[in-house]
Amino acid sequence: MAEVKLFGSWGSPFSRRIEVALKLKGVEYEFIEEDIYNKKSPLLLKYNPVHKKVPVLLHNGKPICESVVILEYIDETWEGPSILPKDPYERAMVRFWVKFLDEKCFPAMWQACWSIGEEQEKAKEEATEFLKILEGTLSGKKFFGGDSIGMVDIVANFIAYWFMILQELAGIVVLTKEKFPKLNEWMNEYLNCSIIKENLPLKDKLTAVFQARFQAVAVAAAAAAPSVK
Amino acid sequence: MENKDSTVKLVGFWVSPYVQRVRWALKLKGVEYEYIEEDIFNRSHLLSELNPVHQKVPILVHSGKPLPESFIILEYIDETWKHNPLLPQDPHERATARFWAKFAEEKLFDAAWIGLCSEDDEHEGAVKSSIEALEKIEENLKGKNFFGGDRIGYVDIIIGWISYMLPIWEEVASMKIYDPMKFPAITSWISNFRKHPVIKEEYLPSKDEMIVYFQWRRKVLKGTFPPVFSMKKN
Repeated sequence: MAEVKLFGSWGSPFSRRIEVALKLKGVEYEFIEEDIYNKKSPLLLKYNPVHKKVPVLLHNGKPICESVVILEYIDETWEGPSILPKDPYERAMVRFWVKFLDEKCFPAMWQACWSIGEEQEKAKEEATEFLKILEGTLSGKKFFGGDSIGMVDIVANFIAYWFMILQELAGIVVLTKEKFPKLNEWMNEYLNCSIIKENLPLKDKLTAVFQARFQAVAVAAAAAAPSVK
Repeated sequence: MENKDSTVKLVGFWVSPYVQRVRWALKLKGVEYEYIEEDIFNRSHLLSELNPVHQKVPILVHSGKPLPESFIILEYIDETWKHNPLLPQDPHERATARFWAKFAEEKLFDAAWIGLCSEDDEHEGAVKSSIEALEKIEENLKGKNFFGGDRIGYVDIIIGWISYMLPIWEEVASMKIYDPMKFPAITSWISNFRKHPVIKEEYLPSKDEMIVYFQWRRKVLKGTFPPVFSMKKN
């Protein structure tokens, strides 16, 4: 009897990617909430000993780790709407943009929210540059995947939701409707998809967690700063 | 019947380990291709035309369509020329291969590169991380000829740089990451990899040229002198 479990965290965009993919394919699964900040479960540490992170998909007792690896696994294992295209060249381009999102966009955008001073300015510039590149790929398309959402859209979830909340809390202005009209349109369409909007963490809950972290960072920075006479 | 525009070209740089992966993959598949050397320190229009986002090598051009990034190119090659598969057929084994390729790249390759290009604390930290990563790879190679088992595959190609480039970096930066006494499974793997009939016949940059090149890169990236010359391979 096939058994699917997902070790995840309500607030993690990486974890939510997997939930979207499983729901897209109509796969029933048991969700196991991990307390990733305070205490990770022994099972999580058993199934992902290398990184000790969520998400981890467990299928027939075998674990798969890393959200992008899991997404490809889901597409290869279950029938239903395709997450990746069939054509090898198109698949390669999807993988290219997925890598660009996770290796370039996400780190720069995350850094832009959490750093300060010169480091923050540099991160904001980089994030803007990367977002411009993304904006350019959306010409004439409703989604990165074309008419329906695909792997690039699923992986870009942090831009549409998490980053929009964070940039406001961080008091920075990077992704605006004026500077990125196509991305803005994409976000609206994306967040309107039932499979996406039904699988997002509550904004208030996420805001509260981020606010607490901003405060903790500020307190730590103040404690570390030399006192001035 | 062949599509008349089914030509394969590889735009590369003589010493790039990323390009080397693509060479190995194409050779393993028996795919003929035209190699185009690009001096990455004196770029031609080719890089911005074929890889506008990153302007880096390798770039595979198949039937006129360009593809960058060694990981992506390797999967494309495997999906396009299906004989001698590089990735396993079983989805869970494929996922495992992709996981380890990513791990090796982020935790070993990137860390070793930082070790090559840095000094003091940063250097020490990078060497320590690299050794920890190598230990995990060692665990996963135990009892196997190649990463996937008996046959050479995707992960072996991705980590192939260990067999010829890591020792060069270690020499240039006076660091010890791979100690044969501590890593018997890797030592055995290196031997299997280098002796593989396809790998051993394929081009590799010369040891002397690599030492000169990486000594220069280490100097530049440690910030001690500006890059005033390019390393053109004749």
